[in-house]
Amino acid sequence: MTTSPEYPIRVLVAKPGLDGHDRGAKIVARALRDAGMEVIYTGLRQTPEQIANAAIQEDVDVIACSILSGAHNTLLPKVYDLLREEGAQEDILFIAGGVIPDEDIPALKEKGIAEVFTPGTPTGVIIQYINDQIRGGTLL
Amino acid sequence: MNEQNNKPPESHPLDDSLSAYQEKVNAVNQRFPERSPEFTTGSSDPINRLYSPKDISQGAGFDYLDDLGYPGLFPFTRGVQPTMYRGRLWTMRMYAGFGTAEESNERYKYLVSQGSSGLSVAFDLPTQIGYDSDHALAEGEVGKVGVAIDSLADMEVLFDGIPLDQVSTSMTINAPASVLLAMYIAVGEKQGVPASKLRGTIQNDILKEYIARGTYIFPTDPSMRLITDIFAYCADEVPQWNTISISGYHIREAGSTAAQELGFTIANGVAYVEAAIRAGLDIDTFAPRLSFFFNAHNDFLEEIAKFRAARRIWARLMRDRFKAKNPKSWALKFHTQTGGSTLTAQQPDNNIVRVAIQTLAAVLGGTQSLHTNSKDEALALPTQDAVQVALRTQQIVAHESGVANTIDPLAGSYYIEAKTNELEAAALQYINRIDELGGSPRAIDAGYIQDEIMDAAYDHQKLVESKQRIVVGMNAYIVDEPPPSGLLKVDLSVGERQKAKLNDIKSKRQQSAVDSCLADVKAACEGNDNIMPPILNAVRAYATLGEICDVMRGVFGEYQQSVSL
Amino acid sequence: MRDLLSLSAALDRGERRAVARLITWAERGDQRAYKIIGERFSKIGEAFILGVSGPPGSGKSTLTESFIRMLRAQGQRVGVIAVDPTSPFTGGAVLGDRVRMNEHATDREVFIRSMGTRGHLGGLSRATSAAIRALDLYGCDTIIVETVGVGQSEVDVMRVCDCTLMVMVPGLGDEIQAIKAGVMEVGDVFVVNKSDLDGARRTTRELRAMLALNHSDWRPPVEQVIALRGEGLELTWDLIESFRAYMSEEGRLRLRRKERARYELLGLAQTSIIERATSSQPHHSLIEEMSEQIANRTLDPYSALSLLLPQLLNSDTST
Repeated sequence: MTTSPEYPIRVLVAKPGLDGHDRGAKIVARALRDAGMEVIYTGLRQTPEQIANAAIQEDVDVIACSILSGAHNTLLPKVYDLLREEGAQEDILFIAGGVIPDEDIPALKEKGIAEVFTPGTPTGVIIQYINDQIRGGTLL
Repeated sequence: MNEQNNKPPESHPLDDSLSAYQEKVNAVNQRFPERSPEFTTGSSDPINRLYSPKDISQGAGFDYLDDLGYPGLFPFTRGVQPTMYRGRLWTMRMYAGFGTAEESNERYKYLVSQGSSGLSVAFDLPTQIGYDSDHALAEGEVGKVGVAIDSLADMEVLFDGIPLDQVSTSMTINAPASVLLAMYIAVGEKQGVPASKLRGTIQNDILKEYIARGTYIFPTDPSMRLITDIFAYCADEVPQWNTISISGYHIREAGSTAAQELGFTIANGVAYVEAAIRAGLDIDTFAPRLSFFFNAHNDFLEEIAKFRAARRIWARLMRDRFKAKNPKSWALKFHTQTGGSTLTAQQPDNNIVRVAIQTLAAVLGGTQSLHTNSKDEALALPTQDAVQVALRTQQIVAHESGVANTIDPLAGSYYIEAKTNELEAAALQYINRIDELGGSPRAIDAGYIQDEIMDAAYDHQKLVESKQRIVVGMNAYIVDEPPPSGLLKVDLSVGERQKAKLNDIKSKRQQSAVDSCLADVKAACEGNDNIMPPILNAVRAYATLGEICDVMRGVFGEYQQSVSL
Repeated sequence: MRDLLSLSAALDRGERRAVARLITWAERGDQRAYKIIGERFSKIGEAFILGVSGPPGSGKSTLTESFIRMLRAQGQRVGVIAVDPTSPFTGGAVLGDRVRMNEHATDREVFIRSMGTRGHLGGLSRATSAAIRALDLYGCDTIIVETVGVGQSEVDVMRVCDCTLMVMVPGLGDEIQAIKAGVMEVGDVFVVNKSDLDGARRTTRELRAMLALNHSDWRPPVEQVIALRGEGLELTWDLIESFRAYMSEEGRLRLRRKERARYELLGLAQTSIIERATSSQPHHSLIEEMSEQIANRTLDPYSALSLLLPQLLNSDTST
């Protein structure tokens, strides 16, 4: 399952918003770790500012936000805007997961969220997606 | 696990016939192998092919009067009331709330008109974390997962037209429980209902917030003090109120096994009892008002055994360890909610069936009240139609299935009794381990409980992904389906409307009264006096939830999360 | 910011993304990182580098967080490098130290970087010294390096830091005997954190007794603290400052830095030789062949080395 030909992919796993359901975030964090990635985990109740700052300082390849509170339409685009202020959005793959209704996804994609993984997505699918995008794709 | 295994296994009268049966099985297995080399429960515990009297005569033995007894009598394995559902059905309590107080009030009135016998209030996250709707962190969250409450004014609207002496109200509120309880008391006063007549429950279980649910505010020690202050206050002033709902629900949702749900929840219960005793309370004054809250997951028989084991463990702990004398202190009463994490976003209609199975487990396990999840909860907040089906599921079980007409009908099943014993033993092991670590609060600080849960959750995830565990519609029997439609959308203007209401109340109230009440709250936090009376005064003066919690944050500080992965 | 020129320019403009990327390059062993740092080497060395080490669960991150707050109150720019272990099996890691430092996550004057050990033993990652230099270039006044905290073999930290704070907790009991060999030489200042717990005084006493055997001029002091409540932190910082003052006397710091330089140089040489041995196909084949012969006992490893070494040293791998 290891992915790293040279260096591990770095992923910020973040929980924006106030909901405390971190089971999904933690499972994804573990699965990415077991797939050979370096996961930076920042805990609950992260503001968009905190997420963007951490992503920039940590120079991550990926931001993965898990949100179940319903505040995704407000918070996720804000993270992207903050990245863009420093030009960091061009180097970072921004993905999200959680209870996000299908009908909200197109608008999120327009606002910079590359992919949204809804409940029941196997972690293998997320790992594959990240690997394809980072190793095979446009970034780096 | 067992220290004394030197003795040869005891012989049992069934040994000969069991080996004959085993030979028969072996012969069949040669030609038609079983579906799997090993079978496990939903919690990944091994499960035998067959249970016989031998399985409940091993070890400590099985004594009907000691281990089961009669409903309403120690150790309450068969139920907490002598007549159970023949006397009164469980309370069908649907957790609901969203948007503003006006919208939630409408939903409550609807539920009552549809036969719901108790209210259950869901608060939005800013309320649960003690922020007013205009706080920066509340952005995008106001009214989302529950109703937004900033001040007594919102609470008055929430219960408008609902006489508080005629309903029992459960409030899912933890860190700021004292403030919301005070608001409820104050609404009662305005309706002319004295506090002594109020019935209901506050969740008030901070330990599981640190473990699994995440809506904590203050550090462990001051949080425990807030809780024991509520115990003491209610014992005198609000005697019919259930002061805590010690919750395994969220521990299970975070991915624990059934045994962990029992062990960790009851260990938390032990911590509250110990804290109250340390605070000088007599156990029999507060213990009868303790209640529990468990999850009903899919493994039907395992869940039933879990509920029965919970009652037996608690009764023995309370009588033998804490020397409680009042039988009401021994009886574990609990609310149940069907397992939210068992629902799938795929083929959501299937969730109705899951909820029905879980409902049966809760009822056969002897629950006092039940919330049934709606089929669309993996997708969004439930619509009114989906809530109705969920409520009807309970009503069908109550009135048509017949299971409510005799008490604990599965007692005496070899498997159910063996599983009840097994879960009791497994839970006690966790409780002992936590005692060794210095009790639940310390075990949480050390990350022990969170680590154990996370390991179980990750194991489960791997089983699902490798299809060793089948989830119908998700990893098997998949169909192409159109995206779901007709989901509930919370109006985005809720936040703005709520902020306007907040500004309005702030301009109308008498600021000097608010200031002096908040100063009293601060003094109580800094000293040792019960914190409830000054909080009650503050809410009467329309001090907001955020203002009161900010004062408390200033004195107590905030909890620092311990991360376990 | 994907090439040398644009990164250099951004770095000189003080952009934090450039600092972050420089550390990434260093972590990947990218020669461009060394070039950038090398070109600016004369500007580096002003920052005070504090190592924070100690067993897991001793509260290193909480203590680090408290120091950040203290230093920020003094108007300092603070860098933090927090190292966590990389799994030797998957190469993955969960880096969770930021959780304790969330309060500073939006402070532009605080730069926090998490690193995995990526196979390096000794409590730090191989790129830690380069990361320290990157933060130094960024203008950090103090850089706090938080080690993995496995206890025994955390000697690296004293080879990159000006002062090492060793964080202990009560109740280590006999374990203190086992780890003392690893930590006694490493720590310049000791704290017993969580000193409201039982056994704090005993642990403090035992540490003092052990450190009394230290014969150098500086006998590491032992202070009791409760990091979560901020108790004892000012005093601890004073002790760190007095160690700093002690080091600045009689050329001690210069001596320590020279020792560190020697160690780093030898380390780089070692890494470089191993890289040459493994990254070039002819060398790889030669080593395979030699290993085969050694296994068949037709060649002894000592003679093999004397044949191999000149080959490695003479090859040009500058890229």
